[in-house]
Amino acid sequence: CAGMENPGYRSGSVDSLRHRPSDVVVEDDDDDDEMVDIAGATLDFSNTDDDPPLGSGEYFVERGSRAGSMSGAGPGRLVDPLEDPLPGKSKDRDRHREIANKSRQSTVALLHSVSDAFSGWLLMLLVGLMSGALAGGIDIAAHWLTDMKEGLCLVGFWFNHEHCCWTSNETTFQERDRCPQWQSWAEIMTGTSEGALAYFVNYLMFLVWALLFALLAVTLVRAFAPYACGSGIPEIKTILSGFIIRGYLGKWTLIIKTITLVLAVSSGLSLGKEGPLVHVACCCANILCHLFTKYRKNEAKRREVLSAAAAVGVSVAFGAPIGGVLFSLEEVSYYFPLKTLWRSFFAALVAAFTLRSINPFGNSRLVLFYVEFHAPWHLVELGPFILLGIFGGLWGALFIRANIAWCRIRKSTRLGHYPVTEVLVVTALTGMLAYPNSYTRMGGAELISELFNDCSLLDSSQLCGYKQSNSTSGAGVGNGLADRPAGVGLYAALWQLALALVFKMMITVITFGMKVPSGLFIPSMAVGAIAGRLLGVGMEQLAYYNHDSAIFRGWCSPGADCITPGLYAMVGAAACLGGVTRMTVSLVVIMFELTGGLEYIVPLMAATMTSKWVADAFGREGIYEAHIRLNGYPFLEPKEEFQHSSLTADVMRPRRSDPPLAVLTQEGMTVEEVEALVESTHYSGFPVVVSQDSHRLVGFVLRRDLLISIDNARKRQEGVVGASQVVFTEHSPAPADDAPPPLRLRGIVDLSPFTVTDHTPMDITVDIFRKLGLRQCLVTHNGKLLGIITKKDILKHMANDCQQRPRLHPLQL
Amino acid sequence: VSPMKLKNAKSLICDLLQNSEDIRCKCICPPYRDIEGQIYKQNVSLKDCNCLHVVEPMPVDGKDVEAYCLRCECKFEERSSATIKVTIIMYLSILGLLLLYMVYLTLLEPMLKRRLFGHSQLIQSDDDVGDQQPFANAHNVLSHSHSRPNMLNKVEHAQQRWRRQVQEQRKSVFDRHVVLS
Repeated sequence: CAGMENPGYRSGSVDSLRHRPSDVVVEDDDDDDEMVDIAGATLDFSNTDDDPPLGSGEYFVERGSRAGSMSGAGPGRLVDPLEDPLPGKSKDRDRHREIANKSRQSTVALLHSVSDAFSGWLLMLLVGLMSGALAGGIDIAAHWLTDMKEGLCLVGFWFNHEHCCWTSNETTFQERDRCPQWQSWAEIMTGTSEGALAYFVNYLMFLVWALLFALLAVTLVRAFAPYACGSGIPEIKTILSGFIIRGYLGKWTLIIKTITLVLAVSSGLSLGKEGPLVHVACCCANILCHLFTKYRKNEAKRREVLSAAAAVGVSVAFGAPIGGVLFSLEEVSYYFPLKTLWRSFFAALVAAFTLRSINPFGNSRLVLFYVEFHAPWHLVELGPFILLGIFGGLWGALFIRANIAWCRIRKSTRLGHYPVTEVLVVTALTGMLAYPNSYTRMGGAELISELFNDCSLLDSSQLCGYKQSNSTSGAGVGNGLADRPAGVGLYAALWQLALALVFKMMITVITFGMKVPSGLFIPSMAVGAIAGRLLGVGMEQLAYYNHDSAIFRGWCSPGADCITPGLYAMVGAAACLGGVTRMTVSLVVIMFELTGGLEYIVPLMAATMTSKWVADAFGREGIYEAHIRLNGYPFLEPKEEFQHSSLTADVMRPRRSDPPLAVLTQEGMTVEEVEALVESTHYSGFPVVVSQDSHRLVGFVLRRDLLISIDNARKRQEGVVGASQVVFTEHSPAPADDAPPPLRLRGIVDLSPFTVTDHTPMDITVDIFRKLGLRQCLVTHNGKLLGIITKKDILKHMANDCQQRPRLHPLQL
Repeated sequence: VSPMKLKNAKSLICDLLQNSEDIRCKCICPPYRDIEGQIYKQNVSLKDCNCLHVVEPMPVDGKDVEAYCLRCECKFEERSSATIKVTIIMYLSILGLLLLYMVYLTLLEPMLKRRLFGHSQLIQSDDDVGDQQPFANAHNVLSHSHSRPNMLNKVEHAQQRWRRQVQEQRKSVFDRHVVLS
């Protein structure tokens, strides 16, 4: 047996309560809460029932047919469910064992076993391809729609501004953006392109288009898929930790999120695409899982695929595959074994490659903001970088507080009753205030690109409006880029940038969380980039006017190009994004994959660490954890600690005022009594004890399994009536002559439930819950069953305890 | 089939698939002496993408050409206009279809149902405030009153179930604000 065993099987077979903690251990059962939309997202139209997956009829037929074909008895024979091992828990292990055993029998079976092993990789390939294709389409459509607000291309309406002027022959630099094929709305409607009337018409058309896009986006979300709004990352974090939200990863959510993301981004709102792209990638993964039996039936394996899909999402958003994998590891996933690491990387690369071949950026670039300079930086500049880190941390803490407060207002007051109006008002406000300032009129990504880039000799943008030195005639050899005083253009740009900074800081607070798909990476990076650039230009001018001071004398001689403001913009962007999301390693890797600047890892790390420490001093949570807590999802934060030490006995149920624990005895109860007990309570499971007198523990049985087994037994087994005894032991006593035959239900009892004693400290119990992904745990005292503790009890206890949570020293993290 | 016709067909297909205007070489030349900064574009292939082929007309004379060209940066770029066209048209058609479906669901379908079945059968509707489909049980009434082929029944059943799901989602997101802040 050892020879044929494929190592992929062993790590892949998931058994929630039996494996060592180091394996992938996630429960594959359903919560008493809602379920993943298996029905809505299925691609085959055979089973569209949205009842629990163990719906009585289908489950047994399917197992029966599989068992039947294996033993050669034909598909008609139904396997007796009572002789089966535990449904759901060892299905995967059985399946693998059967395939491995059969593979020795014929070549076809061998191929089947090989294909089963490769199905995981094939699935990753498909996820990467689909996500890459969707992301490419989203990019192209978003660029086109954004430019649609400004004008129209006459040679083909599907071209955006850049592509329209692709073949134009304008040679002078000032006119590089104007070509006869592209006309702004003022030109089309009034025939002029200069003057007050043209400005007014352009302004008006900009607002009209922005409002139209926002209206379409919010009405589509409302009408077809309300789960498509927001970022998606908090909910995906919750899904990956075990809570299931029905319909969140379905096909309608995918379609609507894709379409409305383009509309939302193009409407000029201050939001980005990255969070929604993670959601889109996870939807693709969920939908593609239905093609593979191995993943369709097993929740735990599906969560591995979702972790990999989160990596794919970030990878296509930025063109940063390694950063995407690290982001999935750090921010999104709850369990991340090594196998998932390799597969995520594969999927992220496939997606990045697909994106590149679609070529949405138009010049075969993979990264979003390619940075062309490689100027060195000096140790003295670490001071300003740390300053930027402090700014990023402060802004992160402030943003989280403000955004959560605004979202709370939206949840509780009348503001929440008018989502469509809210979106329209915010879009109108953004459009009206953003249009006059050229730095807020351009989209977030374009703004960041411009801020990151250093001024080349030919750059005519306002940011490069330095006073030209007079040495153009003979000594053209000198480095004309360096060390120039600021000109009029640059001062104007600085004013506009400062106003843009204030505007963006305020508008992002009310934009994130609206009922349209919204991400927050790009707005945070924009805020940081503006701040960084301002500081960089300030440092540059300081160096120019103070060549002789002690700080600059050693390394910044006159005429040398010593300070690059673009680098400061990069560092500022990283600091602000780190302050908001509290990402560490993944942020640094994303930044240097985005910009290609490997020399700048040290400044990026310095700024990121400073910003995280400063932000953590004000509040422990990043924006996603804060939203999880705001919505009350049952997510056990891995970093929480308790202030008061307490024992399990304090948190478990039943408490003193509660009715006693509802238990089943291993024999001696009739079917009627069992059904009455189950129906009189709402619990999702019942412990089985030896007898009512001695509560020694036998096992744990789920409500759902109990009801289904009794139901089936009544229908199919002979002689089972209300008065039949329910027997959970292995050997039942011989029934009396006129008594009905007993109902043996040993097969559905979990004989190894997890237990803790009543004196176990709560810290250890919470750790057990987290690491093993449990939903409930039994509490014993001196070997006898005392009570039960569930995940919800723990969450309530943590919520109560966090009133006086101590501040962990930031350096401990 | 003559070889000429084959060649014509092949070139026609090639033209459809790859627009020859989709490649270009872009040379950026900074200011030199008293000549301003210029950008030159031409659609040449990768091997001809250098200063000498692209910069026309050359603004400097013989001996300065080399110095001028040394400062110019030439980049080869390509794009696929067919991909762009297909993507945009697909996006617009999907968007149009969704809008039409939305209009149908909110405006036309109630009117049609009312006209077909009269008012009386549809009085029992849910009392929910946020209920957008007051005739949500129309299909239940239908299935009792007429005998329909199985496929149509299934589709309607699926559509009803989907609508109920969307209603549930809408209630939890927009009305009660329990999910998604």
